[in-house]
Amino acid sequence: MNTTEPLLRIEDLVVTYRASGRRAGNRVLDGISLQIGAGECVGLVGESGSGKSTLGRAVLGLAPVTAGSISFDGRRIDALGRRGRRALAADIQVVFQDPYTSLNPSMSVGDILAEPIRAAGLKRVHAASRVRELLEQVDLPADAESRFPRQFSGGQRQRIAIARALALEPRLIICDEPLSALDLSTQARVMDLLIGIQERTGVSYLFISHDLQVVREMCHRVAVMFRGRLVETGEADQVTASPEHPYTRQLMLAAPVADPVVQAERRRERSRLAQTVNPAA
Amino acid sequence: MTSPSPIAGVVAATATDPARRGVLRVLLRNPLALASLVVLVLVVVVSIAAPLLAPFGPNEVVPGLARQGPEAGHLLGGDGAGRDVLSRLLFAGRLTLIGTVVTLVVAVVVGVPAGMLAGYYGSWWDSVSSWGANIVIAIPGMVLLLAVIAAIGPQTIPVMAMFGILLSPGFFRLARTAVQNVRNELYVDAARVSGLSDARIIARHVFGVVRGPLIIQASFSAGAAVLVQTGLQFLGLGEQGTPSWGQMLSDAFTNIYAAPHLVFPPGITIAITVASLALVGNALRDSVNGRSAPSRARRVPPEAPADPTPDDTSLLVVRGMQIGYPAGNGVSVVVDDVGFSIAAGEVVGLVGESGSGKSQTAFSILGLLPPEASIRRGIVHFDGRDLLAASPTERARLRGSRIAYIPQEPMSNLDPSFTIGAQLTEPLRAVRGLSRSAARARALELLEEVGIADPARTFASYPHQISGGMAQRVLIAGAVSCDPALLIADEPTTALDVTVQAEILDLLRRLQEERGMAVLLVTHNFGVVADLCQRVVVMRTGRVVEEGDVTAVFADPREDYTKQLLSAIPNGTRLRAPVVPVSRRKTS
Repeated sequence: MNTTEPLLRIEDLVVTYRASGRRAGNRVLDGISLQIGAGECVGLVGESGSGKSTLGRAVLGLAPVTAGSISFDGRRIDALGRRGRRALAADIQVVFQDPYTSLNPSMSVGDILAEPIRAAGLKRVHAASRVRELLEQVDLPADAESRFPRQFSGGQRQRIAIARALALEPRLIICDEPLSALDLSTQARVMDLLIGIQERTGVSYLFISHDLQVVREMCHRVAVMFRGRLVETGEADQVTASPEHPYTRQLMLAAPVADPVVQAERRRERSRLAQTVNPAA
Repeated sequence: MTSPSPIAGVVAATATDPARRGVLRVLLRNPLALASLVVLVLVVVVSIAAPLLAPFGPNEVVPGLARQGPEAGHLLGGDGAGRDVLSRLLFAGRLTLIGTVVTLVVAVVVGVPAGMLAGYYGSWWDSVSSWGANIVIAIPGMVLLLAVIAAIGPQTIPVMAMFGILLSPGFFRLARTAVQNVRNELYVDAARVSGLSDARIIARHVFGVVRGPLIIQASFSAGAAVLVQTGLQFLGLGEQGTPSWGQMLSDAFTNIYAAPHLVFPPGITIAITVASLALVGNALRDSVNGRSAPSRARRVPPEAPADPTPDDTSLLVVRGMQIGYPAGNGVSVVVDDVGFSIAAGEVVGLVGESGSGKSQTAFSILGLLPPEASIRRGIVHFDGRDLLAASPTERARLRGSRIAYIPQEPMSNLDPSFTIGAQLTEPLRAVRGLSRSAARARALELLEEVGIADPARTFASYPHQISGGMAQRVLIAGAVSCDPALLIADEPTTALDVTVQAEILDLLRRLQEERGMAVLLVTHNFGVVADLCQRVVVMRTGRVVEEGDVTAVFADPREDYTKQLLSAIPNGTRLRAPVVPVSRRKTS
C-alpha cells in the first residue's frame, strides 16, 4: 500500500438494523475498518450471515450506517442525502450475485445499459454509442442490445450486469459474490473479464465472496469477516495460504479441493484443528 | 440445476418479450376471452356512434308505438311511453360507459399512486394510507351511495365517482403488495446505485409490475360498476331525461304484464356486458398465474426399450437412458444414452455443469420427473427389478423404503407449519407402522445419530427455528430412517456454507460407512466428489463424458472436457500482480 489517501476508507463502521418494538437492534457490523486503494482488489470473505454483503450495501448507501464513517476519495459519503448519493453513482457501482434478479426482466439489454447513462444526463445518441462500447467491453455480441435478459445464460447475464456497472466509468465497483451463481467454466471466464477490466481501467473492487480460492486468485488483499467483525486482514497470498486466525484456517480447510488424496489429508487436518481450538471463541 | 426444470434451450426458443406481447396473445388464444373482448369493443363503438346508428332520438315519442312488439322500422318495438327501444338501447350505453369510466378513473387515481407510495416508502405513509383504506372498506357502500343521492340528487357521474372511491382500497392494496414485492428486488437496488431518482425508479421498474394485475382488477371493477349503476337506475335513482340500461329495465318492469318483451333488450345487454368483463378478467388472471389454457403438453410416446436385461448385477444399473421434453412440434432430448452402475455400498458422484442432465438422470431413477418429461428409452434396474416397468405405487413404496433422497434446498423441503418431530414421525408411523411413542423414540434416536446436540429440542422446533445446516441434518435423518440401500443426494451441500458443508459431508461419510449404503451424489463441485466419492461419472449436455475411479480421473483425466473443468477450478497457483497505477482516461 502506498502512503497516499486510499480511494475508500471505512472506519469503525457499525450497522445496526432496528428491531421491531423496543427490543435492542441487531448489530450486523461491529467496528469495521478497511481501506481500498485505487486499482486495488480487496476480497471480503466470510460465511452467510457474517455481514459481508451488508458492508458492501453500506458503501452503496443501501444499508443504514449507525456509527463510524465511510469516506470516498477523502470525502464522507455515509450521511449523504438522496441527491448526493445519486451524484456518487458515477463513482461507485455494483455487480450483484444473482444475475437472474438483478436485471429487470421486462427491459431490453440496451435499455438496461442506457438507463444509468441517461440518468446521468447524457443524450440518447451518446447513450446508444456508449451501450455498443460497453457490450464490446464485456465480450457480448452487438445484437444483444435488442434482446431481453431471459434470452441469455447466467454467465452472459452477469456480463450484462458488469457492463451496466461500467457504464458511468466508476472508480469503485462493489462485487457482491459475482461468481457464486455461475458454472465452473463460466466462473473462470467472468473472473478473467473482471481482472482484465481492472488492469485496463484502474477501477477498484471490493470483492465479496465465500470462496477463499477465488479470492486468492482475484484479490490483492483479503479481509476475513466473522459475525460482523473483521478477524484478519492481509495480503491475499498470506491470508489464504497461511492464515493466522483459527477461523480463517477453519474456513480454508473446510472447502473441499478437487484432489482425493490432498482432500483426505485436509480432512484429517481439519478434524485435528477442531479438537484443539474452539473456533467460535 | 435446481428442480427438474426443462433445459434452457426450450425456453430460449419461445422467448419473446413477455410484458409487451403476453397479454394480447393470451386473450387471442382463448376463444371465450376473444369473443368477450369483441363484445366489449362492440358495446363501446355502438354507444359512441349511437347518434349515427339510431333511427330515432332517445326520447322521441312515436305515436302509437307504446308497448308494441317488434315490427318493421322498430326492430325491438316501443317502450311504455312509445319510444323506440332500439334507439334508446343504443343511446343508453353511453351513460353506463361514462359512469363506469368515471368509477375506474377515480378508483385508479385514488388507489394506485397511494398504494405504490405506501409500498415503496413504507413507514408512516404506509400506516396512514392503509388505515384510510381499511376505513373505506368498512363503510357500507350501498348506504353511502344512497346518502349521496339523497344529498345531491340523482346524478350518475358524482355517484359513480363516489363508487370509485369505495373501490379504490382494492387498487390500493394491489399496488401496495405488488410494489412491496419488487421493492427489494436486486434490479431496483441496482437502479438506485445507478443514480436514478425515485420517481424514475417507480415509473420504469415498479409500475411495470403493477400494470398487469391492475388491468385485471379494472375489468372486474368495471363489471361491478355496471351492475351498481344499473341497479341504482332501476330503483329510479338515475337521471330521468337520459336513457340508461337500468332505467329501461325499470320501464320494462312496470309494463311486465302488458309488454313482457321489453325486459329482454336491456336485460340481455347488461348480462352480456358484465359477463364479458368477468371473462376477460378471468382470462387475464389465468395468464398472469401461468395457467394459460390447458397446456397441450403432449406426452411423448416412449420408444421401445433397448436390451432387455443387463448382465450387470450391481445394485443400480442404468443403461441407454434417454429423457425428452416436448418442445415445439418435436422433442428436446435432455439426457441421451446415459449409463452407469452403482454397486451395493458404493459412493458414486454424478458431476456436471448446469444443463448437463445430472439432476434429470437422478430424478428418473427416483421416478420423480415432471409429468411432461418422458423416458424415451433405456433401462433402470434396481436390485434386479425393472424400475421403469414398475407401477407408480410400487415405485413410491420403494422410495420410502429402499431408495432415499436428500434434496438441495433443505428448508423448502420442510413444511413450515409442522414441527420437525411431526414431519419425522409421520412416515415412520405410516410406512413402518410404528406406534406414536415408538415413532417418537425412533425419531429422537435418528436426530441424535445425525449429530444434533439437543434432539428433544429440535424435535419440538418448527423449521424456521433451525438453521439450514440443521435442516439438512433433519432431512438426512428422515432419509436414512428406512435403512435405504441407495441414497440419492441432489446437490445436498450447495445451499450451505463451506464449514457447514464440511460437517454435512462428514456426516454422510459416517452414515455411509456405518450402514454400508450406496450413495449417488449429484453435484457440480469436484471438491465434494473428491471428498466423498469412490467413483465419478462426468456428464455434459445430457451425455456421459467420462467415468472412472475418483483417484484415477482426478489424477489423469482422459477426456478434454474433464481436463478443462478441472483446470477451471481456482487452485491458488495464479496470484494477482501488484497494483500498477493506471491513468484514468474517459472514453467519452
